[in-house]
Amino acid sequence: MDNRIKTLFEQKPQGLLSVYFTAGYPNLEDTVPIILELEKNGVDLIEVGMPFSDPLADGPTIQQSSDIALRNGMTIPKLFEQLKNIRQQTQIPLVLMGYLNPVMQYGVERFCQKAQEIGIDGIILPDLPLSDYVREYKQVFEQHNLCKIFLVTPQTPEKRIREIDSHTNGFVYMVSSASTTGSTTGKAVANTDYFQRVRQMELRNPSLIGFGIHDNNTFSQACQHAKGAIIGSAFIKALAQEGTLQENIQSFIQRIRN
Amino acid sequence: MKYSVDENGFYGKFGGAYIPEMLHPNVEELRENYLKIMQSPDFQEELQALLKDYVGRPTPLYFAKRLSEKYNTQIYLKREDLNHTGAHKINNTVGQVLMAQRLGKKRIIAETGAGQHGVATATVCALMNLECIVYMGEVDILRQAPNVARMKMLGATVVPATSGSRTLKDATNEAIRDWINNPEDTYYIIGSVVGPHPYPDMVARFQAIISEEMKWQLKEKTGSENPNYVVACVGGGSNAAGAFYHYLDTPEVKLVAVEAAGMGVESGESAATSVLGKEGVIHGSRTLLMQTEDGQVTEPYSISAGLDYPGVGPMHAHLFESKRAIFENITDEEALQAVLELTRLEGIIPALESAHALAALSRIGAKPDDVVVVNLSGRGDKDLSTYLDRFQLNG
Repeated sequence: MDNRIKTLFEQKPQGLLSVYFTAGYPNLEDTVPIILELEKNGVDLIEVGMPFSDPLADGPTIQQSSDIALRNGMTIPKLFEQLKNIRQQTQIPLVLMGYLNPVMQYGVERFCQKAQEIGIDGIILPDLPLSDYVREYKQVFEQHNLCKIFLVTPQTPEKRIREIDSHTNGFVYMVSSASTTGSTTGKAVANTDYFQRVRQMELRNPSLIGFGIHDNNTFSQACQHAKGAIIGSAFIKALAQEGTLQENIQSFIQRIRN
Repeated sequence: MKYSVDENGFYGKFGGAYIPEMLHPNVEELRENYLKIMQSPDFQEELQALLKDYVGRPTPLYFAKRLSEKYNTQIYLKREDLNHTGAHKINNTVGQVLMAQRLGKKRIIAETGAGQHGVATATVCALMNLECIVYMGEVDILRQAPNVARMKMLGATVVPATSGSRTLKDATNEAIRDWINNPEDTYYIIGSVVGPHPYPDMVARFQAIISEEMKWQLKEKTGSENPNYVVACVGGGSNAAGAFYHYLDTPEVKLVAVEAAGMGVESGESAATSVLGKEGVIHGSRTLLMQTEDGQVTEPYSISAGLDYPGVGPMHAHLFESKRAIFENITDEEALQAVLELTRLEGIIPALESAHALAALSRIGAKPDDVVVVNLSGRGDKDLSTYLDRFQLNG
């Protein structure tokens, strides 16, 4: 079965820009307009964040956007409702990213089924461990043609990276440095040994680098070490600027791509 | 029925390690090593010496005569309040700080609710000359000021958690985020039987000294090592885990876990997880969790900062589901009455947390000859300003 993530990596081998935003932020009904505007500005892949009350792997920016999104009334059923006609409007690869608990309450199988119906291509659940995924959920994800994307970090041993690579498809999400999301310390692209090490492993899957990518400089450096990079917190900050969604998104993507 | 953890870190269907990949190496390192280290003779020797001479163990098992008369049964208090730093929490921090040293870690982080775990962590860090950072909810910093002062005195850095409900749950989130950001040199001393495997099992094992002592102390005093009831309060559930541990497979000993009902279970202001929670994932563990229909974690409420937690340790979730333990819940008001009662009958001022266990004495239906052990997990010094206020003893 075709999957838009796989097609993307086949067609565009370098310099991919993936953007994360929290669904329901800044306003409840911004989800579809943000997706369409990102596509219009040449973004390659979009990660739609499903807000959670206790986002352990996230720094303050995504914590706050999640709080606001939840207060605005965002839920998984609401998000699915918003996205139900999205494939009539765009073919950009879409990944849903969130934490396990809300998905568990919705029902993992029902969630995968609904995601496939809508035309979602991939899922990221940082707190679903590989072992549980393989034991309980892999079959369901694959049956619904969803790429389950896993994170690796500078501390992940080679053996585990190989294991993750063997059970996943779509891409490997390389966490740039040991941190929660949204760090701007500049550590993000400093760890070239780690990027090299992973590149030399010649994994089955392409990789994208995320966490701490926030400007043209960090984006282009990340692109030298992987197929592209993922931006989240910096984009969410841009959405909070004065101006319309269109203006903010356009100027942000221009700044990154430059 | 098996009540201890299985090889995959589960108690029945609860437990596991639901953690982001960033924490995997640290948690895995601990999982591979904790039993080996805990069972090594040099570790045990150092631990036992500290528990005896530094913590002050064994803690007494005290026959509470006047309280027994009041409830017409035989009540013993396991005096964890007499430990150094004033609660059972130090049983665990002494153990875990030795674990951290064996693993070569230089920097210690912890979360705290009532501040007892924070104080116990700051204490062992002072003793071992280790850097100590304690995360504490902003709300708890205000309501447990004496413990904040003690931590500062001990040289720890107290970092306020300002997200969410600004209580224990949020302090735990911040501690976990710190660990993600400092994966090489940092050891996270979790204060309760919560978190990813192996923490619930490791903390339960360090707290198991409570029931280990209870057995021989009861044998001396009553002729049998088994009481009819063991009663303990449960937030995350570490003191209950320790008090229950050696009785888990002795079904004739009734285990009573007492949760905080706050303003009442149906009031919307409560922390009674077994009643209000359903299966979910929090802080790396699959357990019972207070949450919305959409899977968002609900903000709990209790007057007691140590019980103000929306989850419960996976071991307790399993004890609840398997009906091995009886779960009761006690309101703020009932707990306060129990504080005053114990203070005036026995001359012991209990912590608000422990008072929830005491307040359950009227619920359990113990007969005159029954032996009931209440785990008096902590002393009430930290709660004095609340007590003076609520009992109108100011001025």
